[in-house]
Amino acid sequence: MNLLRGLVARPWRFAAETTALLIAVVVAFPLYWMVLGAFKPAGEIESTEPRPWTTAPTLDSFRRVFEQQEFGRYFVNSLVVAGTVVVASALVAFLAATAVTRFRFRFRTTLLIMFLVAQMVPVEALTIPLFFLMRDAGQLNTLGSLILPHIAFSLPFAIWMLRGFVKAVPESLEEAAYLDGASRTRFLWQILFPLVLPGLVATSVFSFISAWNDFLFAKSFIISDTSQSTLPMALLVFYKPDEPDWGGVMAASTVMTIPVLVFFVLVQRRLVSGLGGAVKD
Amino acid sequence: MTSVTHGKSWTPWLYLAPALVVLGGLLAYPIYQLGLISLFHYTQAQVSGGEPTTFEGFGNYAELFGDSQFWEVLLATVLFAAACVLSTLAVGCALAVLLTRVRAVPRLALMLAALGAWATPAVTGSTVWLFLFDPDFGPVNRVLGLGDHSWTYGRLSAFFLVLLEVVWCSFPFVMVTVYAGIRAVPAEVLEAASLDGASQWRIWRSVLAPILRPILVVVTIQSVIWDFKVFTQIYVMTNGGGIAGQNLVLNVYAYQKAFASSQYSLGSAIGVVMLLILLVVTLAYLRLLRRQGEEL
Repeated sequence: MNLLRGLVARPWRFAAETTALLIAVVVAFPLYWMVLGAFKPAGEIESTEPRPWTTAPTLDSFRRVFEQQEFGRYFVNSLVVAGTVVVASALVAFLAATAVTRFRFRFRTTLLIMFLVAQMVPVEALTIPLFFLMRDAGQLNTLGSLILPHIAFSLPFAIWMLRGFVKAVPESLEEAAYLDGASRTRFLWQILFPLVLPGLVATSVFSFISAWNDFLFAKSFIISDTSQSTLPMALLVFYKPDEPDWGGVMAASTVMTIPVLVFFVLVQRRLVSGLGGAVKD
Repeated sequence: MTSVTHGKSWTPWLYLAPALVVLGGLLAYPIYQLGLISLFHYTQAQVSGGEPTTFEGFGNYAELFGDSQFWEVLLATVLFAAACVLSTLAVGCALAVLLTRVRAVPRLALMLAALGAWATPAVTGSTVWLFLFDPDFGPVNRVLGLGDHSWTYGRLSAFFLVLLEVVWCSFPFVMVTVYAGIRAVPAEVLEAASLDGASQWRIWRSVLAPILRPILVVVTIQSVIWDFKVFTQIYVMTNGGGIAGQNLVLNVYAYQKAFASSQYSLGSAIGVVMLLILLVVTLAYLRLLRRQGEEL
């Protein structure tokens, strides 16, 4: 019976698997083309007969990117911004998520609804007031002007998502910890925190990406001091709509994409289960 | 709740304090400021202190609503976002189902490719897609035999190119989430359905879709919110809103008004309009959650 079903099902599975592989190739192609473009010599890039391979890979474009622009510096700036946002928002969100799942108090539901509504706020619309806020606080042209808003904007989603993970830790564990004489702080950091860590990792993907990719704030708040620029702005130096230096653009894009790719591959497994858990909750 | 016996009543507020301070200062206060600026006459002269700020009431809104370009941009934003959401959901759900039908190797290949697209920053994604569709050196025009046809010249084709990039980088979220949702459906339920002779389509419609409804609602709302406020892709790919602003969407329009022509109050008024539209979407979402009886 099973064998018969398997035989009937096989041509379909073959078709499905071929389709899946073809789609994977199509989806991955832009990334392949980006990396390829970064390694192609100038003559091959500026060719009207583009080929999906190169016979003479070169590091010229990368050299140009790192020499002309202080790309290394922008890279570090981007890492500082994204890293600070990830750590700060994870800690703050963890505390807040614990408060709204492990306690009953007045305004709890109101707060939760506010966190949900806050997720929907189009942060881009707030660029104008934030610009004046940063100006008045003397934060324009500093990395702080990028870090602070991104912590705020990644918090609501992080709290909302972590809720499920905190809830999943059985209350009996909490009881047992207190019976064993653990203080509330001790329970929070030494028992709850490690258990929620996978959820924090899944959540941090979103805050990392939003901070790392940020283009609008970087463009609006870092206006005169280019030493505080981040990667997205630096990349556009090579992209002039009329005469783009495609080799440079692709090399810079590659440098900017790789850290995120590495981050994603590292947390891939946790991301899938984390999302499933958070959404199901 | 057991915690009540252990905690003092201010403990949750202590835990919430950092979050509330950050959100109050950098989210709530700017929203208030946004509304305020939209009611004043606020241009470069007021910013530099050359002229006093004057209260305009709803004058900025009157000016905005009297401008035919605003309505055109609003319409374009809604249609563009709708097209992006529908395409993203269709592609994401279809591929999630496909993932459940294949063995480990093709699944891993598709998953990794999708994660790659997901991880790609919006700025790099935009430049790479422009390069792919470049009239002179791009492979797409060669393969399709389009000569030096420029994709960013026409209004619709420019929007279409941006849509392709947006779908490319946002379908993975839908695919991964829906796939995780399908995997969480007990195998016995699906087996029972197929033993009862239900077709694939029927299983999807009558068994999976109802179970996945909460997940589908989440990804739909999330996509609406993301696609309604697309900024980077439009800004980079159409060079700030296209030829004569033909590819403007609300977000880019507000930015151009505020930072390119220093009409901060008009830009803020556009921001308020966006905020209100998304608030309506959010309220609809909350009602859906309530109806599903989800406990907060």
